[in-house]
Amino acid sequence: MSSYIPNTDADRRKMLEALGLDSLQELFEVIPPEKRYPHLDLPPPLSEMEVKKLLRGLAEKNADLDHHPCFLGAGAYHHFVPAVVDHIISRGEFYTAYTPYQPEVSQGTLTTIYEFQTMVCQLAGMDVANASMYDGATGVAEAGLMAARVTRRDGLVVASTLHPRYREVLRTYTQGMGMDIQEVGYGEDGGVDLRQADQLLGTGTAALMVQYPNFLGGLEDLQPLSELAHGVGALLVVCVDPIALGLFRAPGEQGADIVVGEGQSLGSPPSYGGPYVGLFACRQKYLRQIPGRLVGMTTDADGRRGFVLTLQPREQHIRREKATSNICTNEALVALAAATYLAIMGKHGLRQVAELCYHKAHHAASEIDALPGYERLFGQFFKEFVIRTPVSPATVNAFLMERGIIGGYGLERDYPQLGDCLLLCVTEMNTKEEIDSLLEALREIGDAR
Amino acid sequence: MTEPLLFELSSPGRVGCRLPELDVPETALPEKYLRPELPLPELSEREVVQHFTRLSQLNFSIDTGFYPLGSCTMKYNPKLHEEVARLPGFARIHPWQSESTVQGALQLMYELQEYLAEITGLPGVSLQPVAGAHGELTGMLIVRAYHQERGDEGRTVVLVPDSAHGTNPATAAMCGYKVATVPSDPRGNMDVRELERLTDETVAGLMLTNPNTLGLFEEHILQVAEIVHEAGGLIYCDGANVNALLGIASPGELGTDVLHLNLHKTFSTPHGGGGPGAGATVVTEELTPFLPTPAAARREERESTAAATEYYLDYERPQSIGPVSGFYGNFGVMVKAYAYLRSLGECGLREVSENAVLNANYLLEQLRGYYHLPYDRLCLHECVFSGKAQANLGVHTVDIAKRLIDLGFHPPTVYFPLIVDEALMIEPTETESLETLDAFVSAMRQIAQEAESEPELLRDAARTTPVTRLDEAAAARKPNLRWQG
Repeated sequence: MSSYIPNTDADRRKMLEALGLDSLQELFEVIPPEKRYPHLDLPPPLSEMEVKKLLRGLAEKNADLDHHPCFLGAGAYHHFVPAVVDHIISRGEFYTAYTPYQPEVSQGTLTTIYEFQTMVCQLAGMDVANASMYDGATGVAEAGLMAARVTRRDGLVVASTLHPRYREVLRTYTQGMGMDIQEVGYGEDGGVDLRQADQLLGTGTAALMVQYPNFLGGLEDLQPLSELAHGVGALLVVCVDPIALGLFRAPGEQGADIVVGEGQSLGSPPSYGGPYVGLFACRQKYLRQIPGRLVGMTTDADGRRGFVLTLQPREQHIRREKATSNICTNEALVALAAATYLAIMGKHGLRQVAELCYHKAHHAASEIDALPGYERLFGQFFKEFVIRTPVSPATVNAFLMERGIIGGYGLERDYPQLGDCLLLCVTEMNTKEEIDSLLEALREIGDAR
Repeated sequence: MTEPLLFELSSPGRVGCRLPELDVPETALPEKYLRPELPLPELSEREVVQHFTRLSQLNFSIDTGFYPLGSCTMKYNPKLHEEVARLPGFARIHPWQSESTVQGALQLMYELQEYLAEITGLPGVSLQPVAGAHGELTGMLIVRAYHQERGDEGRTVVLVPDSAHGTNPATAAMCGYKVATVPSDPRGNMDVRELERLTDETVAGLMLTNPNTLGLFEEHILQVAEIVHEAGGLIYCDGANVNALLGIASPGELGTDVLHLNLHKTFSTPHGGGGPGAGATVVTEELTPFLPTPAAARREERESTAAATEYYLDYERPQSIGPVSGFYGNFGVMVKAYAYLRSLGECGLREVSENAVLNANYLLEQLRGYYHLPYDRLCLHECVFSGKAQANLGVHTVDIAKRLIDLGFHPPTVYFPLIVDEALMIEPTETESLETLDAFVSAMRQIAQEAESEPELLRDAARTTPVTRLDEAAAARKPNLRWQG
């Protein structure tokens, strides 16, 4: 017997006997006979050794970041993951547990979520955070829906410098709710066009939604944006890169009402797009409208400190169609990775990671800007920046891949006006040698033009 | 419980991870954007490891015991899967890499789509949803898009049985629908006469779970599908309970139009303490154009005489509801589900469901007479009892659950489905041994006895745990959701 099943034939006979049945088939007589036992055309079963070999073969067809310098970001980032993180999330006590419905036997998971919530608040400068959302994109979508509930309005003004894919997911999520979504462009320095934002915001606007640093890498002051939003009674929703918050001012100190973000950078590998984890925090006064799970501190019958899932009347299993969201679980294990990462990096480590990203990205950007045929666009940035290339971005990337380098993100599909531009990302993982090899390859492309 | 929090363990100046020195020239930092302080904890590596390891030991898990949590399919999670998902060629590839550099990943996704289509009898697959409720949302947005595409604007109602998971009505509401509830009949099926009465041209669809949350197969499933289809509605099936039907029946052949699968239940990927999961959504041919973009696709390229197979991401779906998550779904979870399917094959899958159903019926039979059985017929992968006989003695289902903890077991799902008083929903899965089932039966019988003879043992439980019963009312009245020092 394969299938990880302990029952032997003798066990099954004994159990069938207890049931007064002669065969397993009798268990399924309730199913219409003509529909029973369809043939499934699946590959034959393999042993553990064979499956491992097969999977290794598939994995080796991919160009992985252990063997290739990578300058891609755009929502998924290659940051260092200390060994401790994988060690902790590999503990069966964590990864083979369910949602902590029985708190007496789930204090491990519940405590780590409470710590995660706390550190998300510390990073974002917010009052409360939930146990996590699916990812950054769905966090943005849920923030849009929450802003609509809080303000009882149905308009959203969204920065065009919010991740293009997140904007699409926001539209998917809200298509049944009849919301009015408008986009506000960027100005010369890459920041939100304040004048246009002012025109679009109105008494029907639930939220102004922006990204910090924005999708094109730019840093901007959130204060004027929060003043514009609050001026019409709308909320300011800010989508963050948590690594940037190791160095830059928290959105909570600049007037943000809801802060969301992609938490993958905090201890999880890029893993071809998932599993990731959505960060979600807000001001205390909006607590009752927050979607998803929340863990709170309390005491047990003997007065000892303990943790429980709380404020559950917001949720689907109690409120059903009146719930704040249909979300059931969170991304607990990825949130645990993030909590472990933040604990191991701590106050000094996270700042150092952010500073390494900043200095390396700025070094690379200024060197590339100095190359003939290349030009860096826009103002202040963190770890990502836009480069105008002398030949098409696709050609540049193909040439870089020939050199074993994974290049940048071509902007042509999402920003036609930036069709000749690449978005490059430099993190602490990129050594000087890697940056030099990138510069060398780019120089060759420029020279060959 | 004695483990302090990270913030209490923190000591100024401690560092957990040493990073390399900067190897390029410094650039001045933009002062006006810098944060004045970063209030994160400060700990050494040794303290961090000890803290989280100690916390892990406060958890019950599949690896440490029997977890018969109904509707959650807490089956064993093979260790091989953890290893392969961490291969550098899977874990450390970037989602925006060019397709030519991730052919192995795309092939895996493509083949997984094909296997899930084969198993469910539904040809259109999206791996993008990352949880069951997320798959539901995807599925119901597809239902909505389908009606809209046909100009059928008057469909404002979604039917949901009274036994359904709470995510079903919550999902319907997120898609802008009104919810109408279909009652159950005395055998635990959907009440067909009521369904007929509620079904008209305003109904967009029916969200059903089969087997339902009572662990019972819908005996009139073909008639139910016909009633809804005749009125122009679609059948959405919540695939939470597909572990009962692998190789036994195809949802597609039972009239399902849209189904989500929980890879973290049926296909053995771990639950992670509440995620990450994966909620692959499968649909009929007719609904395939509405699936989220992109999907993994394959093309044959003929170069001279040899045909080369190439995998790519297909974004060409003009009628798509749009993407539902940041990238392509929880790829790391897909790797585990793929490994599972390659290990099992057709016969292995059928054995999964046969043994899961056998185990559940064995428990039902062994506990009959000790607990009230509201629907007394053969079940599929789980059985639902009621603690109402015990409630008459002043001992409630919550007390039975907590007492089970003291006897070394994770409790079943309790107080769900809502249509059963004092519900105890037990799902053993196929990966438990007869010895484990017998030990659980002994514990449950002992508790039934104790409810009569020593009820305070139950009401005071759990006594063996790091904490005893927690004051949930106080937690909600004055929420403390973060450490304030």
